[in-house]
Amino acid sequence: MMGNDLDSITGALADLTAPAAPGLADRIFGSWLAAPSRLGAAFVAFTGAGVQFVRSAESVRGDAGAFAEAYRDRFGRPLRPADRAPAGLLGALRGTSAASLQLDLRGLSDFERDVLTATSRIPAGQTRPYGWVAREAGRPRAVRAVGTVLARNPVPLLVPCHRVVRADGLLGDYMFGSAHKEQLLRAEQGNVDEVAALARQGVHFVGSDTTGVVCFPTCPHARRITLAHRHGFRTVGAALVSGYRPCRYCRPAAEVIPAHPDAGSDR
Amino acid sequence: MRACGVGDTGDREHQGEQLLLALVADLDSGFAELVRAHERVVYSVALRLSSRPTDAEDLAAEAFLRAYRALRGYDAERIASLRLRPWLLTILRNAARNAARDAARRPAPPPGFEPAEQLTCGPSVEHSVEEQVEQHDLGRQLGAVLAQLPEAQRLAVVLRHVVGLPTSEVAEVLGCPDGTAKSHISRGLHRLRALLTEQPSDGLIAGRTVR
Repeated sequence: MMGNDLDSITGALADLTAPAAPGLADRIFGSWLAAPSRLGAAFVAFTGAGVQFVRSAESVRGDAGAFAEAYRDRFGRPLRPADRAPAGLLGALRGTSAASLQLDLRGLSDFERDVLTATSRIPAGQTRPYGWVAREAGRPRAVRAVGTVLARNPVPLLVPCHRVVRADGLLGDYMFGSAHKEQLLRAEQGNVDEVAALARQGVHFVGSDTTGVVCFPTCPHARRITLAHRHGFRTVGAALVSGYRPCRYCRPAAEVIPAHPDAGSDR
Repeated sequence: MRACGVGDTGDREHQGEQLLLALVADLDSGFAELVRAHERVVYSVALRLSSRPTDAEDLAAEAFLRAYRALRGYDAERIASLRLRPWLLTILRNAARNAARDAARRPAPPPGFEPAEQLTCGPSVEHSVEEQVEQHDLGRQLGAVLAQLPEAQRLAVVLRHVVGLPTSEVAEVLGCPDGTAKSHISRGLHRLRALLTEQPSDGLIAGRTVR
């Protein structure tokens, strides 16, 4: 065997120097850009794994530096300007489609991820109470914790935390202000006024006496019940007592529906 | 060989000062320069501290992120007094130790999990064998036997002879006096020579245990 003297060993060692790993910098730096969104201009930060952080420009008074500083505080990663937007981002910010968008949710706890995943299943124009998200996330009693997680949602608009509302029918808080929450829901053709009117009468669930199914009032199955067949309920329990079963689409109750009916299809 | 001659030391120090000034002026853009200036050394050492190239990339990225998080907490004076290369490599060493500890806590991967390439220098080995049999053979064996050295010796040899650090920086990374670093380097080299001599080249890979 060749080269067993120390000189040839040190020579061969020097040849073990690697070229820089391609893409190493991409794994270290986050990228940021400004893009139009449903709430006006927004700042977005992302990594190779997906979008990490979204804030409306309004919420940081248009200051990209303040956005960058908030990002660094939260993610401990340096930022550099992006060349272009990741696939699907621009459509998702405009609210047209989120199908191909990747999110980078590393660094979040399992519970935080589960809350965001459950929230991302709420269809446009519909709302669900915090308790529904808690149940879908597998922690039915952690209702307040859901509110805390969503108040810190790293990717608002992309994960539609504006569709999570109070159980009493009020829209509740939103990280960019409750006026924007209402604006977003109206833009999605949500029946905001109808839900508020029902809530004033103490009605939080709507059933049809032809199908015997009870829904959240924003569920499309509830919205198409004609007035003659529509019955309001204060609780799902009251509807069950009257012989209704919970809607399998909007899943207003835990008792008969498993918490993770289709964990495989998040979107 | 790769040991820094007297001539380039001044240049390197000058570059180092520029980099520290850039970090103080604007951390993120300064950090981009820091990564450019040091990624090759950090990644080369990470490759020798990891069993797989993808682990080495993770490890190098993790070390740079730790460095960035530390820099965010430092004031200008502390940044200006840093000796960046040994500082980065010390962070890398600690990150490698943490990764090894975490890996030891996890159950072992299934037997088929480790790709055979990990024992060689890279995917191009098969094609270049014809051209550079001797040199390449030695390099490839070295990569494998280096992994058998005790951690301090392996790191000392890699820092001194793979990436060409002066002994004083090797000592800084190892956290020991210069004399001890020298003896780690020397013992490591002799151990390498013994390992290369005692093991026939084709028995080497088969006989190596995957850690």
